[in-house]
Amino acid sequence: MKRHVRPYGDTTGDGMVQTSFTLPVPAGPHADGAARQLANKMGIDPAMVVHSHPIGDDFTFFVVYGSVRHIVDLDDVRVVEREYPLLSPAEVNTTLKKLLRRKLVVVGGCIGTDAHTVGIDAILNIKGFAGEKGLEYYRELKVVNLGAQVSVPELVRRARAEKADAVLVSQVVTQRDAHIHNTREMSAAFREAMGERRPLLIAGGPRFDPLMAGELGVDRVFGRSTTPGEVASYLVHAVQTRKEESA
Amino acid sequence: MALLDLDPEVVATARELAARAAEPVVAIAKAHTTVAVERATLRLAGITGADSTHRAGDVPWVNRVVDTVREHCGLEHGVALPVFHALEEHNLATLTELAEATAAGQVRYRLPEGRDRARARKAATTAVTKGIRTVDRNRARRDRLVAKLGDPPQRPWIYLIVATGDIDEDVVQARNAARAGADVIAVIRSTGQSLLDYVPEGATHHGFAGTYATQENFRIMRAALDDVSKEVGRYVRLTNYASGLCMPEIAVLAGLQRLDMMLNDSMYGILFRDINPIRTFVDQRFSRQVHARAGIVINTGEDNYLTTADAVDAAHTVTVSQLLNEHFAHEAGLPDHLLGLGHAFEINPKVPESFRLELAHALLARELFPDAPLKWMPPTKHMTGDVFNGYLLDGFFNLAGVLTGQSILLVGMMTEAVVTPFLSDRDLALANVRYVLGAAGGLSEDFRPAPDGLIVKRAHQVLGEAVDLLARIVDDGLLDAIADGTFGLMKRPADGGKGADGVVEKADGYLNPASELLETAPRETAPQEEAR
Repeated sequence: MKRHVRPYGDTTGDGMVQTSFTLPVPAGPHADGAARQLANKMGIDPAMVVHSHPIGDDFTFFVVYGSVRHIVDLDDVRVVEREYPLLSPAEVNTTLKKLLRRKLVVVGGCIGTDAHTVGIDAILNIKGFAGEKGLEYYRELKVVNLGAQVSVPELVRRARAEKADAVLVSQVVTQRDAHIHNTREMSAAFREAMGERRPLLIAGGPRFDPLMAGELGVDRVFGRSTTPGEVASYLVHAVQTRKEESA
Repeated sequence: MALLDLDPEVVATARELAARAAEPVVAIAKAHTTVAVERATLRLAGITGADSTHRAGDVPWVNRVVDTVREHCGLEHGVALPVFHALEEHNLATLTELAEATAAGQVRYRLPEGRDRARARKAATTAVTKGIRTVDRNRARRDRLVAKLGDPPQRPWIYLIVATGDIDEDVVQARNAARAGADVIAVIRSTGQSLLDYVPEGATHHGFAGTYATQENFRIMRAALDDVSKEVGRYVRLTNYASGLCMPEIAVLAGLQRLDMMLNDSMYGILFRDINPIRTFVDQRFSRQVHARAGIVINTGEDNYLTTADAVDAAHTVTVSQLLNEHFAHEAGLPDHLLGLGHAFEINPKVPESFRLELAHALLARELFPDAPLKWMPPTKHMTGDVFNGYLLDGFFNLAGVLTGQSILLVGMMTEAVVTPFLSDRDLALANVRYVLGAAGGLSEDFRPAPDGLIVKRAHQVLGEAVDLLARIVDDGLLDAIADGTFGLMKRPADGGKGADGVVEKADGYLNPASELLETAPRETAPQEEAR
């Protein structure tokens, strides 16, 4: 593989790309010129506005073809490696079945005074989020959604009673760092009550930084716009790792 | 014109089985009330506003009152008698004043007897009648506006979703959508509203992937669409969601603010939101009585089954659900022309002959429910992010809709599962619909599936499977079938789920003036519009 590459239209190195966008400008030659200018600034030069049409009185939609002058240096490509692969629901189910020979039990809820179940419901409800079904949809997951305002002792009690493999807590309210205090309280309670045998602890919410897991005493933190599929794939990965470690 | 040659006896059997399956559930629905039904009744009686002093945020007055009545004397006799007795006892002018006194701890609710009971009943009936008159006036106003401005010139009607989270932005988007050809605007609700056990108050600007359904938001959007209706010269309809824990209240608010269509499925909340089955069936019955009175077209949610189960294997569960939805709707007083039964184009495009199978399923729904304004919903499950391929798939979806005479077409977006649609995505989607309507709008005239061809055979097969499943449901009981995961693969036991604690068995002296007025509502007979 060559180190330096350019987009491929129909000839090596031609740099051809296609893009479309809308500008808040009434349609006409002036709008087309504006589109060409934007394309040039994007590095497309020469840019051909191959199509434009008005959307209402105030907007114009464009399709642009042209050659970008940029060159990709493949040696410079850095990707954030997720330490686990994203699995489809079917893959999650078959892997878990092989791994556990029983359903994986997930207990979830909003702890503290937080009544915003938007996050936990997006992950757990079959309705799901961002086009992905929630964890309830997975045949090999048993999901217990405790809903809003669950106290930490109640969460620990239910997690034990259900023999939970994983506990998911969602925190949306962040006034006075309530989400951080609540999560720490939760992880401390599990450590005290169950020690090494505690379930996987997972915290999620829009204001969490995924780097805070250690600080919060949980195994994993998920931030904004996490999808159910990512959580399910992580569960598989974590269960697998735990099993390998104890083997 | 019948193209599938369905056996009328099989169709009659299917309906009979659906009625038998529904019968015990209807009995349960009649024997219970819920906190939401009681709150809906008070909303019809005129209560509005919220307690803004509560530390947990605004609590609607109606929740305050119903919760307190329940605490003091239970809800098994209904909320109307204790509330209107207290109103008179304390000599208060409005329910809002009563709510304020309730919050201040000044009211002790009790069930009135003898002459007190008769007086409270009369006062409650008068108040609720006023609310129902508003609903009636709105219906008449809609009829007048439709007569003056006209319905969309074509079928299917073009149904478009807006969802910004901010009602003011929604208004901008809805106006543009109507100008670009949308006949029906649906304002998607904020994620998770279905699980709130109260209806938020006022105009809202911060929803999650949607805008809260509130009475004020309803009013703002309906007024905006009335303006744009005049501009575009056709009556643009407004849709919202009467589902979740506040189904009956939202139905009432829709009636009070002249919404035109409401998503209202008999089982969606149970299956996809894990709401208690009894709660759902009780709430559903009341909400449908309200919709019937308000002339609101309900939209059922069968599309959802196909997003979880396989669209070929589970095709018959859609038919079964449509038949059940139809029966529950008829029982609640909704005529055929208000039944927007749902179905969807969700077969994996990699399945051989997938388009012919889609035509078979769509045609089956059309011929089983000839007078219902069927709602045809676009692909979502097999939209991959490849927007070019998605645009093609949406084109085929549009063609299937036109060819099989669907009534309401929810416009598919090529950005499904990618981002919320750009202005240009919506414009392109409408161009797709316009092209198909323009190029093939009359094609159904020439469309005659071969009598022994795949389409006809498949339709017969699905209907047969639906009849078999209905027979099993009659044997097992509908509630057990739901508990066993018959629909959409979800298992929901009758005593589980959210909102179960809001269900109350009615006592002998139960009184609800709204139910009484709605039960005796004159049922209309003549459809006002052709479904096809």
